[in-house]
Amino acid sequence: MDILSVADTLVQGILLGSLYALFALGLSLMFGVMRLVNTAHGDLVILAGFFGVFLNLVFGVSAFTTLIAVVPLAFALGYGLQRGVLNRTLSRDPLPSLVVTFGLSIIIQNLLLQLFSADTRSISAGGLESRSIEIVPQLSVGVLPVIVFITALLASAGFQWLFSSTRIGRAFRATSDDGEAALLMGINNEHLYALATGLAVAVLGVAGIFQGMRTTISPTDGPAQLIYAFESVIIGGMGSFWGTFLGGIILGVAQAVGFRFDPGWGILVGHLVFVAVLLIRPMGLFPRTSG
Amino acid sequence: MTSTPPTIERETRASRVTRRSLQALFLVSVSMPFWAESSTLREFSEFACLFLMAQMWNLLGGYGGLVSIGQQAYVGIGAYALIGLGNFAGVNPFLAVGLAGACAALVSIPISQIVFRLQGGYFAIGTWAMAEIFRLLVANVAAVGGGSGTSLTAVRGYSKWARESITFWIAVAVVFGSLVMIHRLLQSRFGLALTAIRDSEAASESQGIDVRRTKFLVYVLSAAGFGVAGALYFLSILRVSPDAAFGVQWSPVIIFMVIIGGVGTIEGPLIGAILYFALSKLLGDYGTWYLVGLGVLAVIVTIRFPGGLWGFVEQRFGLRCFPVERRVVARIPLSGEDHA
Amino acid sequence: MGELLKTHQLEAFYGDFQALFGIDFTISQGETVAIIGANGAGKSTFLKCLTGLLHSPAPAITWEGRPIGGTPAYQLVAQGIAMVPEGRRLFPSLSVEENLAMGAYTRRRGPWALDSVYRLFPVLQERRRAAATALSGGQQQMVAIGRALMANPRLLICDELSLGLAPLVIRELYRALELITAAGMTVILVEQDVAEARAHSERLYCFQEGRVSLTGVSRATSIEDISLAYFGV
Repeated sequence: MDILSVADTLVQGILLGSLYALFALGLSLMFGVMRLVNTAHGDLVILAGFFGVFLNLVFGVSAFTTLIAVVPLAFALGYGLQRGVLNRTLSRDPLPSLVVTFGLSIIIQNLLLQLFSADTRSISAGGLESRSIEIVPQLSVGVLPVIVFITALLASAGFQWLFSSTRIGRAFRATSDDGEAALLMGINNEHLYALATGLAVAVLGVAGIFQGMRTTISPTDGPAQLIYAFESVIIGGMGSFWGTFLGGIILGVAQAVGFRFDPGWGILVGHLVFVAVLLIRPMGLFPRTSG
Repeated sequence: MTSTPPTIERETRASRVTRRSLQALFLVSVSMPFWAESSTLREFSEFACLFLMAQMWNLLGGYGGLVSIGQQAYVGIGAYALIGLGNFAGVNPFLAVGLAGACAALVSIPISQIVFRLQGGYFAIGTWAMAEIFRLLVANVAAVGGGSGTSLTAVRGYSKWARESITFWIAVAVVFGSLVMIHRLLQSRFGLALTAIRDSEAASESQGIDVRRTKFLVYVLSAAGFGVAGALYFLSILRVSPDAAFGVQWSPVIIFMVIIGGVGTIEGPLIGAILYFALSKLLGDYGTWYLVGLGVLAVIVTIRFPGGLWGFVEQRFGLRCFPVERRVVARIPLSGEDHA
Repeated sequence: MGELLKTHQLEAFYGDFQALFGIDFTISQGETVAIIGANGAGKSTFLKCLTGLLHSPAPAITWEGRPIGGTPAYQLVAQGIAMVPEGRRLFPSLSVEENLAMGAYTRRRGPWALDSVYRLFPVLQERRRAAATALSGGQQQMVAIGRALMANPRLLICDELSLGLAPLVIRELYRALELITAAGMTVILVEQDVAEARAHSERLYCFQEGRVSLTGVSRATSIEDISLAYFGV
């Protein structure tokens, strides 16, 4: 195995991982602010992807216009979902939010199946999917994956900055610490939770469009994306968006290494790394201790 | 005349009625292979699996507080243990159903060490990730047919009637046996500990309950139950594949049964299983719309009727078909009576 | 002096359990009124009603002449009611300065801002980047008070300021409170320590089993009367 193929595997892994990081950021945000684990997380990614497919197919909208269009729509969906449904499930008991988001997952999957059938689709990005840049002779990277990587980087940095240095970010942290005390500060918790979910789903929307561009998607792909997002969060460690970003990268690299050896083992290696981290360092590799 | 000392009562009128009805139903069921149609027997077996799974999930999640969406891991392990024991180890396939449960229990021991490192919602997804790992691992094993699966050849020596009847009788044993077992379990000290943990872990710990051990035991027990259910299911349909055995489609079905029926009660999963089974036979043809409806129903029930169907009935009518608590019944003399 | 806050026959329930049985309370601009009573007497419940954490019928509580019963808690802060909660309830994920900044979330205008709070409690300026919960009990109480002040309220409610603190620290806190009231703040003081409550208030109310068992001018009310009212003898 020469240095070039190692480098190639690494690069592919990092680029794949950045997409996972994009999936995982929303999950991390929602859990960080309101301890809510959204089982429909992966399905929302796929929903966004199919929204892109729809625009692409029916109106011939270009992939990048879709990217811009999806952000406000996804935000509105997330906000409405939280405010209308999920806020009612928040409590110490994880069961209600789990069942409701599970229900949403089933609803989304089957509605998509009804509308689009089980066939796989993808979003055409006008040839961008196949364009690549040559870094060094014999080592090139796709333009799209690089765009995804940069987006993930910016999103992670953005979320980190939002949480640590803005008034809203402080409010997120305060509400997560002590919801009742936050009310006494004048914070409208219901609205804040909805903002968090809106933000999370907006990022998911972008991730979904990217997913649709980079590969084919089918209505039942949601659960797999949820697991990748979840594993990224656990590997990276809770409490830090950079941790989640790095967790995604590590998962991507692990999968890429696995794929190298045998296509059937790619995903499995990722799972095994996840289990290993959970056993050896249950707090994750880059956790942020509170305070 | 002094008043009689108070007594502890465990039965209610409803529970006595239920017990007698169930006894009658049991006798009727046992006779069914001699007069019922083959498809009916098969459907009952299917129902038995769903029912056992609902009860076991309820035990784990409703009583133990461990909400898992990955119990399909043990369904799959039970199914493949059946294949392994029956096809390869030459064990009688009907006995293998019970052994499959034991296999699932054994596997759950190391798995619990992994998933117990997670809490709440992340625990749930973690269990799902475990199921996925098993699915991928088994799909890579050529000896059991890899991704496309294999058939249970061990039953080839039996006539169709014998196979279906014995499978059916196992299903009957599963349904009635599990009902009795769970009722007894929840009435026992262990059951009390479970309920206490569900209400407050901290308080239970301070009362001397070993919370970790109790949770561990309930996890293993639940795995065993799912293993038996998995083995029984695939004994009934004779063909197994990684997607069918370890697939994620089990969890929503189980959770919906328990939630809509009523989580945290014994009657709930029973009602939920019956309801789900009936609905899927009636509406199953509508495929995706039926599932959408199920999802919507689950959302509405969780938000508006957290106690599920049985919770609603219980509150309204105070019925207890499987009472778990003890009631103190005292006879207090009225002021007019003579107490010389 | 205008009546700032008034409750009229205020009742409160936790499910089926009744915690307050018709409380009549009033406080005017610039006053400091103390509420005393044993644990379980209903003081915390009363404060929960005032701050909107517990639902009350609209006319039961009047603020600046308007009925505010039933108003969500987060809206009352914007209207000028702020509380220093029992047990401080600082945000562990936030630093001292961030906790103070949190108090100013509603952006109400007024004399209190970071610099004025730091002038009141200089030690907080030294430790402003520290995690709020890493401070000593007394300093945490200062942060909690400062945080409530940052909302520039018209009414400041202090719930059990002295709980768990050494006498020296308590004295320091009450000295600060005197400066706050000297600047014109209206204060409701809930205190376990009857002596402190009596010494730092103009009027007091004694709660006992969900009812007002005694009310009067603090200095004029004897310790004997208070004892009787406190224990419901």
